Amino acid sequence: MSDLRDLYQQVIMDHKKNPRNFREITDANHMAHGNNPLCGDALVVYVKLNGEIIEDVSFQGSGCAISVASASLMTETLKGKTLEEAQTLYDNVHRALTGEEEGGELAGKLEVLGGVKEFPARVKCATLSWHTVHAAVDNDHDISITTE
Amino acid sequence: MSQTELKVATDSLSALDIAAVRRDFPILDQKVNGHTLAYLDNAASSQKPVQVIEAVNQFYRHDNANVHRGVHQLSQRATDAYEGARNKVRGFLNAQSDKEIIFVRGATEAINLVAQSFVRPNIEAGDEILISHIEHHANIVPWQMLCEQTGAKLKVIPMTVTGELDLSGLDDLLNSRTKILAIGQVSNALGTINPLKEMIAKARAKSIPVLVDGAQAVPHMKVDVQELDCDFYVFSGHKMFAPTGIGALYGKQALLEAMPPWQGGGDMILSVSFDHTEYNALPYKFEAGTPHIAGAVGLGAAIDYMQDLGIDNIAAHEHALLDIATQRLQQIKGVRIIGTAKQKASVLSFMIEDVHPHDVGTIFDQQGVAIRAGHHCAQPVMQFFGIAATARASFAFYNTEAEIDALVNAIKTTQELFA
Repeated sequence: MSDLRDLYQQVIMDHKKNPRNFREITDANHMAHGNNPLCGDALVVYVKLNGEIIEDVSFQGSGCAISVASASLMTETLKGKTLEEAQTLYDNVHRALTGEEEGGELAGKLEVLGGVKEFPARVKCATLSWHTVHAAVDNDHDISITTE
Repeated sequence: MSQTELKVATDSLSALDIAAVRRDFPILDQKVNGHTLAYLDNAASSQKPVQVIEAVNQFYRHDNANVHRGVHQLSQRATDAYEGARNKVRGFLNAQSDKEIIFVRGATEAINLVAQSFVRPNIEAGDEILISHIEHHANIVPWQMLCEQTGAKLKVIPMTVTGELDLSGLDDLLNSRTKILAIGQVSNALGTINPLKEMIAKARAKSIPVLVDGAQAVPHMKVDVQELDCDFYVFSGHKMFAPTGIGALYGKQALLEAMPPWQGGGDMILSVSFDHTEYNALPYKFEAGTPHIAGAVGLGAAIDYMQDLGIDNIAAHEHALLDIATQRLQQIKGVRIIGTAKQKASVLSFMIEDVHPHDVGTIFDQQGVAIRAGHHCAQPVMQFFGIAATARASFAFYNTEAEIDALVNAIKTTQELFA
């Protein structure tokens, strides 16, 4: 149960129940759809870029606690960041959760995502929103990505 | 269910010596995440008794060789074992002849074989293939592929909110353009047992061939293909306590005789020259290449095992488990059972309010309770109910009431965590 409590800790449950930035950005200049067909998680990420700065970022959709909380934390973390800073955070999240490479310290709010690493079947849930935001800022048009 | 009925259901649990049965399944005796394993994912794949494991082991230790070709002793033994397994499958399904039993990788391969070898040569643009809304993807996608190849149309028998088929329009759906009715006997996602005899009789009256996907039926009930009067019947071994990678296609002999081979290669030929190849007789015409001999041997052992226990005893025990589990879950506030057909096999799909099934699956696993969380390869069913996934507990004859307790406790833990 201690691992479970680590995974479904207070912060995750809070973000699941009250996801932050859970809305559409009507004047977004980037957006992407992220899907995980295996579990049916589906979300849309909206980004309003002002030059190199992520002025606003939000999401809508449905999914498990891990994917919703991760998306919510992602929007809180990325708002106001430069694209370069966002890329570093994206890389850190990816490394920390997949354990494929060295490094990838999760600092601050994102630290709570670290517990997901112990649940390999759930890593895709936590990374879906990050892959989606990455696809959004990389493309000028709405694009769909799929993970599974 | 009243208390009296529940008592009767519980009593029938004792028709099998479950403690002895469980000793036949060594995998069940283990801890997962510190808890006694409760394996409730049998609809995805069942566990294997030592009788099956030992049969495969024995084959590789003593009898292994290729079949149908060597003149040496081991080849003869391997051939005898392989053909002996075919004979057991024939008996298991009550087919008329061993020639009607084709070994395949599983139900999926068998459906593809029938789609490509039986239906494709006789179908044209505008013709129809009839399936139902509660099919597994294995009984949807091969037909969609055939439709893309030929311009035929896929028609779907609708379902109701209880997860039963709505047969009110069946007479129109079975029409002069219908080239095959391909229908599951038991729904893997919901447990619904379809009224096949009635449906097949209607198709038969219009001379429409019928394929039955029995992947979820064979572990739970007696199957008689002659009584069903279906043209084709398919199943997978791994869902009925046999190894993965082996299954069978039953087809009426006259139909199989008339069908062209599906795959070409060794063993399915009588003679080969560069000008002409003479195909082998049934059933070998459809078994190109070296087959999964050890798998077939394991399947034969699984059939022996099930018949020793008695398929009626198996069905009674599982039904009692389903009744008890259904009643227990109905009593938990915030739990909704998906699929409430009157006739069900031992599959219990459910939702816990405000908790995604994948969270359910992870939390259950931490308590040693193995269930399936997902769309169960039946996304149209999920779309019907407006959900992405369900949690699904599915029972086999080796499951116990104590494991239902574990299931109920896992639900309560999940609800506490998400409260």
